[in-house]
Amino acid sequence: MRNETSTPALLVKNVHKSFGNHEVLKGISLAAEKGDVVSIIGSSGSGKSTFLRCINFLEIPDRGTFQINGEEVAFRTGRDGKCHPANWRQIERLRSGLGMVFQSFNLWPHMTILQNVIEAPVHVLGVDRNVAIEKAEALLAKVGLYDKKDAYPAFLSGGQQQRASIARALCVDPSVMLFDEPTSALDPELVGEVLKVIRGLAEEGRTMVLVTHEMKFARDVSTRVMFLHRGQVEEVGPPAQVFGAPTSARCKEFVAAGSH
Amino acid sequence: MEFGWVLEYRDLLLHGAFLTCVLLVISVVFGFSLAIILAVSQVGDNAIVRWISRGYCTFFRGTPLLIQLWLIYYGLGSYLPYIPGLRASFLWPVMREGLFFAALALTLNFAAYQGEILRGAMLAVPKGELEAARAVGMSARMILRRIWLPRAIRIGLPTFAGEVILQLKATPIVFSVTVMDLYGAAYKIRQDTLLIYEPLLLVTLFYVGLTFAITQAFQKLEKTVPVQRQHSI
Repeated sequence: MRNETSTPALLVKNVHKSFGNHEVLKGISLAAEKGDVVSIIGSSGSGKSTFLRCINFLEIPDRGTFQINGEEVAFRTGRDGKCHPANWRQIERLRSGLGMVFQSFNLWPHMTILQNVIEAPVHVLGVDRNVAIEKAEALLAKVGLYDKKDAYPAFLSGGQQQRASIARALCVDPSVMLFDEPTSALDPELVGEVLKVIRGLAEEGRTMVLVTHEMKFARDVSTRVMFLHRGQVEEVGPPAQVFGAPTSARCKEFVAAGSH
Repeated sequence: MEFGWVLEYRDLLLHGAFLTCVLLVISVVFGFSLAIILAVSQVGDNAIVRWISRGYCTFFRGTPLLIQLWLIYYGLGSYLPYIPGLRASFLWPVMREGLFFAALALTLNFAAYQGEILRGAMLAVPKGELEAARAVGMSARMILRRIWLPRAIRIGLPTFAGEVILQLKATPIVFSVTVMDLYGAAYKIRQDTLLIYEPLLLVTLFYVGLTFAITQAFQKLEKTVPVQRQHSI
């Protein structure tokens, strides 16, 4: 993990973010080497989703530095004293290298599953349509949805929609996958099929950052777990440490409450 | 009931029906294009553009179509000849016709209503779908073109059908600026033959038929993409 020669896939330092007077993130840092699976846990309101959304700039942080695959994100300080992206083109380009999976799937309902998956490769990255289709079909087969490729999202179950959205995120060859509570909107019986797909990705050695409430899953697949509390990192380390022997009292409480 | 005049006035009626359709198609097509600009500028960030669009929609929705038509025909129409070079230009034969002013007024009016509907439909597109588009690296322009507008248009489709039908029924007003549309033809027949109801009945049937066709066309369009009606999460 501490291999000095390789550039980290993700290096985020000292992220601050406020909504109005409410400071949601109070200086959070995260480094992920290639192949790391970092789970972010914490009670609701702890800032974990906001932090994840800052990584691909769906929320613009007030302060912080970001390096994605060694590329520093350029910010300028506005008159309000907050950060603004200096170059939206750079943001758009970096985003296309980060696959995001949302809690509520957010598939585009006016396109079929296959069209959803090839949309970004074809229109954002300029990949040849036939090449993109071939790749999309392989990805859909991988998440078990090949036979649904011509269906519209409305006709899929929540679990199927979430698997389709994972295929959509994968189709741009992301260097880092971001998951924002991917199973929280699902019926309990559908959670398993989605976790299985995510577990498969972890085993492939993909770099992932995962916001989740699935404690057992986080413990199993993560290389590192980060516990957030009120916008600060309260505990961070390998899953065995965070779940087995947390030093922070709050983390201890949270883990104990989640484990039964 | 006396319908012996139908054959004699066949050409007048057909030409009137043709003009009604032309006015409808022109005002809907151009009006819709203008409506897209109005809607996009109202949900955009530029405050000046937003207020101009809002003012436009308020004005055209807040005044009677008849008054707009007359302001354009008698007001604008009487100034046009003084624009240097316009009388000599190839546009003049079109621009001195009542039809031109009728189409212009109908278009501007339709755009205002449609712009408001489309604005509402754009705001009704779930935020998450637009976020997903941003997350894959789409530019604002591409999101608008590929996701936001197509989704909004589909959400607004049932309302658009109603608007097009209303627009059809607004067209007879152009008779007041000398355009011999379908209603104009009925009026002419009444003057010639002193029959009042028969021409009106025939014309009514035509409007109903056209309305039926419009409804069918929109239903077909709505069926091409299944919208999220049942949600299984």
